[in-house]
Amino acid sequence: MAGMNVREKNGREAKRVIPITPVAVDAAATVSLYASEAKIYPRAVHGLFAAWRWVLVWATQLVFYGLPWLTWNGRQALLFDLEARRFYIFGLVLYPQDFIYLTGLLVLSAYALFLFTAVAGRLWCGYACPQTVYTEIFLWVERHLEGDRIARMKLDAAPWSANKLLRKGGKQAAWIAIGLWTGFSFVGYFTPIRVLAGEALQLGFGPWEWFWVLFYGFATYGNAGYMREQVCKYMCPYARFQSAMFDRDTLVIGYDEQRGEPRGSRPRSADAKALGKGDCIDCTLCVQVCPTGIDIRNGLQYECIGCAACIDVCDGVMDKMNYPRGLIRYATENGMAGGWTQAQMLRRVLRPRVLIYGAVMVAISAGFVASIALRQPFKVDVVRDRGALARQVEDGRVENVYRLQVMNATESAQRYRVRVSGIEQAAIASPPEVEVGPTEARWFAVRVQLPPQRAAAIGPGAHPMRFEIERLGGDGAAAEVHEKSTFMVPR
Amino acid sequence: MSDFFSQGWSIYIGAVTLLGLLACLVLLFIASRREVMAADNSTGHVWDEDLREMNNPLPMWWVVMFVLTVAFSLAYLFLYPGFGSAAGSLGWTSLGQYDAEQRAAQAEMAPLYARFAAMPADKLAAEPQAMAIGERLFINHCAACHGSDARGSKGFPNLTDNDWLHGGTPEKIEETITEGRQGMMPPMAAAIGGPQEIHEVAQYVLSLSGSAHDPTAQFGKPRFMACAACHGIDGKGNQALGAPNLTDKIWLHGWGEEAITAMINNGKLNVMPAQKDRLGKAQIHVLASYVWSLSNRGPAAAP
Repeated sequence: MAGMNVREKNGREAKRVIPITPVAVDAAATVSLYASEAKIYPRAVHGLFAAWRWVLVWATQLVFYGLPWLTWNGRQALLFDLEARRFYIFGLVLYPQDFIYLTGLLVLSAYALFLFTAVAGRLWCGYACPQTVYTEIFLWVERHLEGDRIARMKLDAAPWSANKLLRKGGKQAAWIAIGLWTGFSFVGYFTPIRVLAGEALQLGFGPWEWFWVLFYGFATYGNAGYMREQVCKYMCPYARFQSAMFDRDTLVIGYDEQRGEPRGSRPRSADAKALGKGDCIDCTLCVQVCPTGIDIRNGLQYECIGCAACIDVCDGVMDKMNYPRGLIRYATENGMAGGWTQAQMLRRVLRPRVLIYGAVMVAISAGFVASIALRQPFKVDVVRDRGALARQVEDGRVENVYRLQVMNATESAQRYRVRVSGIEQAAIASPPEVEVGPTEARWFAVRVQLPPQRAAAIGPGAHPMRFEIERLGGDGAAAEVHEKSTFMVPR
Repeated sequence: MSDFFSQGWSIYIGAVTLLGLLACLVLLFIASRREVMAADNSTGHVWDEDLREMNNPLPMWWVVMFVLTVAFSLAYLFLYPGFGSAAGSLGWTSLGQYDAEQRAAQAEMAPLYARFAAMPADKLAAEPQAMAIGERLFINHCAACHGSDARGSKGFPNLTDNDWLHGGTPEKIEETITEGRQGMMPPMAAAIGGPQEIHEVAQYVLSLSGSAHDPTAQFGKPRFMACAACHGIDGKGNQALGAPNLTDKIWLHGWGEEAITAMINNGKLNVMPAQKDRLGKAQIHVLASYVWSLSNRGPAAAP
């Protein structure tokens, strides 16, 4: 080849050259860089992995549709009140200042994705991703109203008739209903869902509620009904970078070429070996069930979302042919090449990247749980008064004014006592006890005074001090928050 | 467009914007086809021995979305300002939006303020909502000088004690906030005499409040007559003039002989700015009631 010749002459330098392989083509011919995507009609599939996908459809959607309806102490258990900036998660009341928990959750999710991908490929994509889950639900509707693959293809090709109108119309109605219900449930995380349900009965949503119900509903309808595999192929960022977590010991869905080839149809009674054929009977069912429309027999492709539909359908064919299962199976690249057993492949699971992802995940999970468990039920912000650095009051005492914001993260009114420490004889001159209503954040002006002799003794300038705010009595254990500040003594 | 002398720049920007949009479409069109270089649906390039670039066509819906963004831009430029100096057919301005939001907020608050305006200060002081609004108004408009606890500092009066320069009734406080105040102490050295006389008067002033003073205070008493025109014979001040009471231990501009001597020698012009241009009448009423409440709610309730 031309490339090889260049390389032989110039050694390593040749790698930089991008030779153009001459081919005999019509010089005037052009090809479009854009193309309408062919519609994919995935065939229904049953089997172990399809069952697992349905388990995850139920699990994720019971959580998504169900959670907003749970109540906790007389309020919605999970409510993100954006207007009041309070986030209720069962017993927890979070402030915007608790944003770090969301960061922790996202980092945790990212590492979970890395870990699962390194071990077993695109598990997330194949089973739990909302795009997969809603497509599965929408396909279920489609199958029940329009029939399976062949019936749907025929229906699409057929001219419009009452039957077609009824089937297509019914599908649209069901899709729109699911989309709207999804949009409604989504908004129900931000507006109390029971209030929202009341508004829905009278079509009395506010403008933003309308927008989000319709927008989220439309996104569900469009993505699960029409975009489907296009989302995975052209829009999803995860899909593109997941291959960076793959190596030769990652479980992927693969076709056993050594066993399957040469492929070809044969009577069930025939002896494949005698015919010189492999185990693949070339029934193309693996292509028909594929939701992204690829042929897994061409090897691992970026379009493969790892849904294992081809495994399920091929295993059924192998059973019918009385061949062993697993012509298409979960196997690592090394395992497929070497014909390894599952146990042999499992021995290669604990690779450095898996250990590192796992260790980071455990560390972040531990930090996350510990930080939630040790969380104080209130927060305090200390801001020095901006009007004056310091002032002298009667009998020469030096006074500094601070504004303390006490944020009550419980759902009952609380009393707090404020003390100062760090400077001897410094004392609070304003009322030391303050009361804050449930989930309320209140500002208090706090005056701290220092006797003149002490002020003279420590000298002018800023002196470090500390506010100690203690939650008093009532329900719950004692809690105390310390905040640093400074005390100014004027010249 | 007062920044420019002519419409030239506006036309230039408009042309660049329009050409940019058209160039997007042209680019989309001219990059949509390419010559066939290899029979295997690749670009024909091979490198690193076996790496080839395949032609995986972008979906048509992507092209449609691209065209839609251009259409959106054109529609936006037609409706909103952005095309050169054109104002846009909706006539939107950031100032107009601000005014509209202000009007909406005021309309929303109007019934509340109408109710508050009809209530006297002592009733408002018992209304938590009015006091919360008052506190926020105070923090935004007053705390910069008077402190967030309203206790002031040197030169800025404490509003929580019951010592008032210009009167502490709710009506007087309202007047102070609306119109502002000017406290003027003229330099009095010439009327009193030399340093010794001024020392004596300062000692006398200290004695008025029972503060520590030396025996020369008694010689200062006759000379204090020069001060009595404003501060009164007894030194208790005059709220009509804004002359402070000298018999309490509240010293707005510093205590001790040094501060008093400086005041006699140099005088002082102390200004409280008028707020009528920044706050509405109803707001001032609520704010005045809040300030009044600070010294009329009993010490426990004061912040």
